[in-house]
Amino acid sequence: MADNSSNDAYWSANLRIIMISLVIWAVVSFGFGILLRPMLSGIAIGGTDLGFWFAQQGSIIVFLILIFNYAMRMNKLDREHGVDEE
Amino acid sequence: MDQFTINLLFVGASFALYIGIAIWARAGSTSEFYAAGRGVHPVTNGMATAADWMSAASFISMAGLIAFTGYDNSSFLMGWTGGYVLLALLLAPYLRKFGKFTVSEFIGDRFYSQTARIVAVVCLIVASTTYVIGQMTGVGVAFGRFLEVDNTTGLFIGAAVVFAYAVFGGMKGVTYTQVAQYCVLITAYTIPAIFISLQLTGNPIPALGLFGEHAASGEPLLAKLDAIVTELGFNEYTAHHADTFNMVLFTLSLMIGTAGLPHVIMRFFTVPKVSDARWSAGWTLVFIALLYLTAPAVGAMARLNISEMMWPNGGVNGEAVTVQQIETEDRYDWMKTWQKTGLLNWEDKNGDGKIQYYNDKSEAMQAMAAEKGWTGNELTKFNRDILVLANPEIANLPGWVIGLVAAGGLAAALSTAAGLLLAISSAVSHDLIKGAINPSISEKGELMSARVAMAVAIVVATYLGLNPPGFAAQTVALAFGLAAASIFPALMMGIFSTKVNNTGAVAGMIAGISVTLIYIFLHKGWLFIPGTNSFTDADPLLGTVKSTSFGAIGAAINFAVAYTVSGMTKPLPAEIKALVESVRVPRGAGAAQNK
Repeated sequence: MADNSSNDAYWSANLRIIMISLVIWAVVSFGFGILLRPMLSGIAIGGTDLGFWFAQQGSIIVFLILIFNYAMRMNKLDREHGVDEE
Repeated sequence: MDQFTINLLFVGASFALYIGIAIWARAGSTSEFYAAGRGVHPVTNGMATAADWMSAASFISMAGLIAFTGYDNSSFLMGWTGGYVLLALLLAPYLRKFGKFTVSEFIGDRFYSQTARIVAVVCLIVASTTYVIGQMTGVGVAFGRFLEVDNTTGLFIGAAVVFAYAVFGGMKGVTYTQVAQYCVLITAYTIPAIFISLQLTGNPIPALGLFGEHAASGEPLLAKLDAIVTELGFNEYTAHHADTFNMVLFTLSLMIGTAGLPHVIMRFFTVPKVSDARWSAGWTLVFIALLYLTAPAVGAMARLNISEMMWPNGGVNGEAVTVQQIETEDRYDWMKTWQKTGLLNWEDKNGDGKIQYYNDKSEAMQAMAAEKGWTGNELTKFNRDILVLANPEIANLPGWVIGLVAAGGLAAALSTAAGLLLAISSAVSHDLIKGAINPSISEKGELMSARVAMAVAIVVATYLGLNPPGFAAQTVALAFGLAAASIFPALMMGIFSTKVNNTGAVAGMIAGISVTLIYIFLHKGWLFIPGTNSFTDADPLLGTVKSTSFGAIGAAINFAVAYTVSGMTKPLPAEIKALVESVRVPRGAGAAQNK
């Protein structure tokens, strides 16, 4: 088992990745998809605007990228801090 | 061969497949019954979780709700996928590391309190039962259509099938059966969508077709749809009409609820490693996204087809479809078959031999109606929940596609209902009876009580499903609100806080779920009994906050109460702090845990 200071560094690195991911998560869905949609109304896409696309497709695609990115980074972080499963 | 026989063949063949797999993988020990021996690959687990997750609400109901409301119902799309981000980042890996069977076991151990565990079990049963009501609504629609009987009879037959199905296999049966169910349901959802997308836009990928060109007019599909629906006096499809605050809250409630639903979280206990739990959440969302990226296309295209079908002679300025056409022409057959279920109806109110479909609440349309001698919308009933199942018939697709969709709809409803019943039964037998009431119960007794709990849950859900509090997806949304207000905050604080203690967590969960449940009952009737409500979602108690959106507020109350109460009571014991520390790192996670 790794010592505590390493675990603390691991945990704060994890929290940082989570925070950044959740900011993106909120921006694409609540932001682009709903609240900021009027700002994106100038960008036309297939008979409507970019906000509509984010609400019905774009956000889902970004969610997918966020989860796989998190899994990849965390599995790497586990190894760097020596807390991965053997 | 007539359509009824084809439907029967497809549904029969898919059932034979599931039952075959269930028998092949029949559960033995209790540990296998709950967690499939923890030997499931992340991709397989992802696929099974996707089937478990995508219920009648996603398959049967959601596209219909989007079709008739347009952009405003995007909340369902974002909410039910966005929750997986929360699940993957905030819960799944830690709960897998903790390595127990059920969600309430984690809550009981982390908050070192039997009370916390029992409160969690009760929250879980309330949320899951509400969820099953929504499933039963969908099961009723699907069985009603495919056996060509009315909705209520369909519901009773469906309930019997769900029960038989869930009782005879445990999770292992369910895991591999659900992989098969996923394959059936995704094929059934995608194939008609591809056909329709080709017909309307020439693009074989529905998700791209949605933003493509309407082949017949050369305009963008969505622009064409906007034009048609506004012509009939309805809201513009792509525009934002809903109250923004409520839409944000509703989306958030669905997201948080997704990450708080026990039958989904339980899935992440079944992967071999912590790192697999992270991947598994991603794979689950991949399989869900295949349907969710198609759903908005299904909704928009169906709305276009229906509108054109009701006004086949050049829109609202031409002549409406005649009663005679509906009764004799093949392409209107679907209206007659769905009329039998009691979920679709029309009435020639002004006796002109035609059926005018328009928004009779719109003032412009009222003026037009007065001029033309119309006396109200004559497509008098169109239940949103029939849209997806009727879609291939509306688009005049071959009989086998219609049969396939019937099988897919049933797969979606069955798999989720079975998963939920399993969550309910394990909560009662494992957490409530073995964990609290009678710890010395035999393994056989535990299995028996699990089955009795399932039976009770399905009877309650069927009874309430007769008068559901909303369309399938709306009822399910209520269940998400309840999970959001109770389970998710407790799990998250359990992992991310070393301040929240037993008293705080219990107070938080009780406050969150009570306030949410009361808010829902005030709007939907006490215990969902119709007529006992004091408010409606059209004019809610608090500003614009509908009962389906309240879960996010309930969650906020839960967090606030838990932190406040914890601040006033004794801090965490050292061994619990150590437990939290150990949950946070993957190293040392147990392998396939058996009792």
